[in-house]
Amino acid sequence: MAQHVAQPTASTPALPAKLPIGAIAPWASFFGILMLVLLYFVGAEQGATSVASGDDVHEWVHDARHLLGFPCH
Amino acid sequence: MNSTTVRNLLVRGMLAGLAAGVLALAVAYFLGEPDIDKAIGFEEAHAHGHEAELVSRGLQSTAGLATGVLVYGVAFGGIAALAYCFALGRMGRLSPRATALLLSGSALLAVYVVPFLKYPANPPAVGDPDTIGKRTTLYFLMMLLGALLAIAAIVLGKRLTPGLGTWWATVVAVAAFALAVGTAYAFLPAVDEVPAGFPAAVLWRFRLSALAVQTTLWAGFGLLFGELAERLLNPGPETAAATARPVAAPH
Repeated sequence: MAQHVAQPTASTPALPAKLPIGAIAPWASFFGILMLVLLYFVGAEQGATSVASGDDVHEWVHDARHLLGFPCH
Repeated sequence: MNSTTVRNLLVRGMLAGLAAGVLALAVAYFLGEPDIDKAIGFEEAHAHGHEAELVSRGLQSTAGLATGVLVYGVAFGGIAALAYCFALGRMGRLSPRATALLLSGSALLAVYVVPFLKYPANPPAVGDPDTIGKRTTLYFLMMLLGALLAIAAIVLGKRLTPGLGTWWATVVAVAAFALAVGTAYAFLPAVDEVPAGFPAAVLWRFRLSALAVQTTLWAGFGLLFGELAERLLNPGPETAAATARPVAAPH
């Protein structure tokens, strides 16, 4: 973690600068969870578990669920 | 500045995921749908009663398929972009573009191929509805396990690099990953719910199509996102020279 970033020279390409964890964490916690919720709705809603009642979400993404590899029914 | 970079990468990741989703959608529609239709034909020939159709087949195989694949692309694009923010500069001497492709390949392996080899994709008519809860849990568990083991292997590789050098550290880390995944395969329950008489060729082609969908998605994402990240992070003369040549627009 304490390595120093090498100075770019004409021959070697610049090593990309590290982004500090503190700058990533707020984005990761909010958007990371949002993305996981989206995956849940595509992959599992109204199959194994249901947040909304009925079968509409399941039926609508039915083919995608099969082809993306999720267990469907 | 750093927070802005994270935001810019996240937005590009979700856009690249959407574009890669469009490519994957084409593969899913042209390669996968014919076998879904055959599997549904088998299902209907062997069904005892008829269920009311909530969404027509025409919608399921077009708008429904597109919704699922594109949302999946955007979601994984966003997650991969966040992982990329962390990986950047921490994966050895790799350019932003190469980092993106390496991350993309690792993601395909960890969150798709690893679960797929134990619990492969199934067409309609394959799978007992009574075990959907168990199968879904096992599948998501396998995705999580693949991701965690991949991260553990990368950490192990980095720890071993000073002592063993990059080559052997990578070999040991990959071998440890394979061993851990193999152990998980051996201990997790098997699922075999292919009904008697289901055509083996349809099952095989369906599973190959599912693998092709994911390979297209992650390869497309790696290349597109890598290009966008390279231009964002390295707007140097090399990139300027590359943009001078006609390059396909990332849309």
